[in-house]
Amino acid sequence: MSDVRITGVGLHPFGRFGDLTGTAMGVVAVQAALAEAGIGAGDVQAAFCGTAYGGVAAGHRVLSALAGTGIPIYDVEAGCASGGAALQLGAASIASGQHDRVLVFGIEKMPKGIIRSSFFAPWQEAAGLSPAPAFFALRAQRLLSDTGLTEDHLAQVVVKNRRQGVANPDAMFTKAVTAEEVLASRMICPPLTLFMLCSPNEGAAAVILERAGAGIRLAGISLRSHLPGSVLGEDSPLCGIDDIAITPPSTLAAHDAYAQAGLGPGDIDVVECQDTDAARELLAWAELGLCAPGGQAALLADGDAEVGGRIPVNPSGGLLSKGEPLGASALGQVVELVRQLRGTAGARQVDGARVALAHVIGRGANACVTVLVA
Amino acid sequence: MSPRPIDPAVLRVDEDGVTLLGGWSASSGLRHFPPSPVCPFTGADDIQPVDLPRTGTVWLHTTVSIAPPGYTGPVPYGLGIVELDGDPMLRVVSRLGGGDIGTGTRVHLDGEELPGPDGEPAVTWVFHP
Repeated sequence: MSDVRITGVGLHPFGRFGDLTGTAMGVVAVQAALAEAGIGAGDVQAAFCGTAYGGVAAGHRVLSALAGTGIPIYDVEAGCASGGAALQLGAASIASGQHDRVLVFGIEKMPKGIIRSSFFAPWQEAAGLSPAPAFFALRAQRLLSDTGLTEDHLAQVVVKNRRQGVANPDAMFTKAVTAEEVLASRMICPPLTLFMLCSPNEGAAAVILERAGAGIRLAGISLRSHLPGSVLGEDSPLCGIDDIAITPPSTLAAHDAYAQAGLGPGDIDVVECQDTDAARELLAWAELGLCAPGGQAALLADGDAEVGGRIPVNPSGGLLSKGEPLGASALGQVVELVRQLRGTAGARQVDGARVALAHVIGRGANACVTVLVA
Repeated sequence: MSPRPIDPAVLRVDEDGVTLLGGWSASSGLRHFPPSPVCPFTGADDIQPVDLPRTGTVWLHTTVSIAPPGYTGPVPYGLGIVELDGDPMLRVVSRLGGGDIGTGTRVHLDGEELPGPDGEPAVTWVFHP
């Protein structure tokens, strides 16, 4: 794709913040990104806001608070990939020549507990056929039965991400956990325990995109949806057919993003991927080409996916540490990776990182993969 | 048992018990559930309504221990995916109840009464060993 650069990033920490509004968190993140880029709210030509629960014109409320209106403002919903979708649209608006500098941000303020959405019909909720953790658990059951991975491997993912999250002051959970604690935490939907599931929460993230010049290069980005047929897809259908030959949306998006960047999985130095639950991260490793299906156990055993390993995954601590504010989570990954590529990630820095990949997947289904190059 | 199905477009409740309503596309040969004017797998619009088999085999199984939003029935309850009998393969999301269930367990269709979206009793489907 043409030369799109990230010249500023900003974050409002992820967590729970009482009466603080999503708009107020968005203002914090956007102001920080604008300051890094050395510009004001009046210096962007368009704004793209990812949010799933922010309500009507959520992005406009943030720009209004910054006296930055008058420009086109797009509010973008794509489930867990909302921020990725906003970033893709923002990048495309520069690549097409429409704009030279745009603001992309994501905001979310979500209640505790199992996520409710208008996605399911009322009868399906009443019948008990809508609980997201159960669908995560069924995907996890399939992963374990297909690959020989065990609950211990799921626990190792949580231990890794929570340990890495200790070094991230913007995360919700900054305390390490042991595998024993993960396995002994409350069973939610077998095989997934409470500590294996991320928490829906609150937060905001923002990036400034510009045509060419200095900054981290946005080398590839693709948003894809599901192909029909898999009953285990994030589109949560009530039925499916034999799905052996159905390519998952994360793989579709990864292929696109690698092709745009002229790179492949072997070129990636650091990854932020969707760890809604521990199994989701292991599925992503294979879907993104970081390992062959079933190769996850070897990566875990060798410490390859840890900071200091061959291909560190979720140095920020991932959603398991940060929590998941749906509209902000994808851009939170990008903020983390920009800092990694700048070499300013502090105690969680991946040494010498030059190429980074961000990945989100969720309701819709929507998957977004972004490749960044220093 | 109340005769009111939780959604009449999804299942029928009569003297024979509960029947899952499906669709079948002549051109794709694929069955789907619940019935749609268009085959959700191929886009074909040559759909005939079919009653789906009442028996199948458990493919995947978990347990829901916290009531999800909009659900006021009992917890915990079993939830999983059943491969219905017949060809080609059709997998259906279902409540699973009773006894020792795992991958490969043979199951049959039953009705289960739960509070519907309006709080009044309604019949949904469940597979039992």
